[in-house]
Amino acid sequence: MKKIAALLLSLILCIGCVSVIAEPVAQENIKLGVILLHDELSTYDLNFYNSVMEAAANLGLSEDQVIVKRNIPESEACAEEARDLVDEGCNIVFADSFGHESFLLEVAKEFPEVEFCHATGTMAHTENLPNFHNAFASIYEGRYLAGIAAGMKLNELKAAGKLKGEKPLMGYVGAFTYAEVISGYTSFYLGAKAVCPDVEMKVQFTGSWYDEKEEKAAAEALIALGCDLISQHADSMGAPTACENAGIPNISYNGSTLESCPNTFIVSSRINWAPYFEYLVRQKVAGEPIATDWVGTIQTGSVVLTDVNTAAAAEGTADAIADVRDELLAGVRHVFDTAAEGFITVNGEALTSYMADVDTDEAFTADTEAVSDGYFHESEYRSAPYFNVAIDGIELLNSKF
Amino acid sequence: MAGTHAAGVREPLVHLSRRTGMPFWKSWLIRLAALAAGLLICGAVAFILIEKLRDDPGKLGDFYCAFIKGSFGTSRKVWKMLKNLAILLSISLALTPAFRMRFWNIGAEGQTLVGVLGAIAVDFYLGGKIPEGLLIALMFLAALLCGGVWGLIPAVFKAKWNTNETLFTLMMNYVATFLVSYFLVIWVPSGSSSLAKLKYGKLPTLVNDYFLIVMIALLLTIGLYIYLNYSKHGYEISVVGESVNTAKYVGINVRRVILRTMILSGVLCGLTGFLIASGLDRTITTESVGGQGFTAIMVSWLANFNPLMMILTSGLIQILNQGAAQISQDFNVSGALPSVIVGIILFFIIGSEFFINYRLHFRHHKTREAIR
Repeated sequence: MKKIAALLLSLILCIGCVSVIAEPVAQENIKLGVILLHDELSTYDLNFYNSVMEAAANLGLSEDQVIVKRNIPESEACAEEARDLVDEGCNIVFADSFGHESFLLEVAKEFPEVEFCHATGTMAHTENLPNFHNAFASIYEGRYLAGIAAGMKLNELKAAGKLKGEKPLMGYVGAFTYAEVISGYTSFYLGAKAVCPDVEMKVQFTGSWYDEKEEKAAAEALIALGCDLISQHADSMGAPTACENAGIPNISYNGSTLESCPNTFIVSSRINWAPYFEYLVRQKVAGEPIATDWVGTIQTGSVVLTDVNTAAAAEGTADAIADVRDELLAGVRHVFDTAAEGFITVNGEALTSYMADVDTDEAFTADTEAVSDGYFHESEYRSAPYFNVAIDGIELLNSKF
Repeated sequence: MAGTHAAGVREPLVHLSRRTGMPFWKSWLIRLAALAAGLLICGAVAFILIEKLRDDPGKLGDFYCAFIKGSFGTSRKVWKMLKNLAILLSISLALTPAFRMRFWNIGAEGQTLVGVLGAIAVDFYLGGKIPEGLLIALMFLAALLCGGVWGLIPAVFKAKWNTNETLFTLMMNYVATFLVSYFLVIWVPSGSSSLAKLKYGKLPTLVNDYFLIVMIALLLTIGLYIYLNYSKHGYEISVVGESVNTAKYVGINVRRVILRTMILSGVLCGLTGFLIASGLDRTITTESVGGQGFTAIMVSWLANFNPLMMILTSGLIQILNQGAAQISQDFNVSGALPSVIVGIILFFIIGSEFFINYRLHFRHHKTREAIR
């Protein structure tokens, strides 16, 4: 009898939670809490900060409706700060770093009436918690577009006889050998290859998301190896600075580095998170559920490129990017195009099938077929990237990270 | 000498002499005055740097209230402060036996981190495979062992070849950090080097998640106070610290005292590592100790190596930290400002110790006396 009563009670509680979630909240009662791993000195966190502020301005949220917590490590501290944000009256709590996820998830279980949203995470679609959500963007499309600019610059250098070696060579500074980074540099490489077919790329990893000294050293090492152009997926100014010092063109990430690198900055792709923050608030105000996995796209305004720096870019870059962008939007071009002859090959063979690790489990089992209809379906089965194929043309200089 | 003096060699404007026997209340008055002066200067700096304050000086009240709100605003914040205090205190206590021996162990960061690593390694490989109680016990032992070994290595080199322990223990911090990076690459095949929170090996909850940690730190403080002040070991440590030759003369085996004390120092760091691993994070990053191993040096020094006083000094630092973080949040200013604020206040407090220990003599003061 006791058991049945407990069951009934918990059922009522559950229904209660769902109905609370579905209840509309007046916009003036919305309170958004944001947990950042670092502060504005990191280009990654700065990008989130700017996006939150942009969203708040667009929605007309007042100053005290947004609380930002900076420098929150990927530890129990994240859970503590998330609980503190709930105490402060936040009904949406957001965290920006991959390692925050398991701590945020724990707090989500404690407060079913509050929405917990996490960027770059992978657990929401398997945890099935109604108030825990993941989000990412199809940034591989942005990287691909930035790659177009890179390929055109290499063509220009080639035509002028200014290549350092025989073939155009790009260098890439990456943080970890993780799908997010692999998907990023591969799409960048493919963008360049689409306009400059004989391009090759070397990748140097730093083993850290933010290490200015290491990133600078990695970029300098790549330049010394004869790279004609550098791009990066790490969050400090290390690589762009090394490029500016050496006069090597740079494709940036997370935002424009034009101010510090006026002679070498070509273009930067970035995720604009403002559409996601606006989406969260709107759903909450309308009493509508928030998607378990939300993928921002070019269409939603989440995948954006900065203005092209005409002082460093090849002529016609902006127009070429705009054309390819339209093709991507129309669905006539795919970034991970496995059907095109010789475009994506692994050990010389075409890629016809690939099992990706989409569902997070302790053994990291590959569980989902990602290649179909002539392309690799990135960010479709969950928001965070899972493309981690080692394709031909890209050489990893150190892969122990 | 008097002749040259008369010949007009200028006496320095200020000279110092050591001051002893300042009454208790007076030294504390100076400390409080320093804290107040530090807070005042902080307010001035914040006024210059924070736009919101310039626009509305009335908000200065909020600025100062944030120091209280940050640690005492809600019961959750009080517990967070007590927990942070306990962790910082434990590391500071761990350093203290070595410091009393004048062995400048600045490797607490690494010794604590390998403690975390040891505990998490046990949790990673054995979690869910053996009973929870046994798992926690093994995590505890692994943390103590790792911390102890990390403390022992520089001590062996010091005792055998008289290497510089400051450099040695400092370098061991980096080795510990890279060891953590190394294991994260092995443990996380997806390549993200981010280990999700482990399911097993959680320190039992008593009252709340933090109570046990606070209690352990309290017991540790009392235990170490007794050990240092009332045991033979404690006495030997003090003698070696005062003078190695005296220690040798009275027949103390200096080498053994160095080794034993550094093992103790490392083991206590390892214990803190266990508290972080099992009681809090249940994961590890290179930032798991987050610089507290270095802050602990200051905590121990400020407390004059007195364990009971360290409750105060570590509490002060954590309240300042939490207050500064609250300011960053309330005024929505960059994460660097809290560091500036805490830095200014600590500068004043450390500075006040100088005025407590030394007396300044000004030249004009002296001449006036001479006239009189």
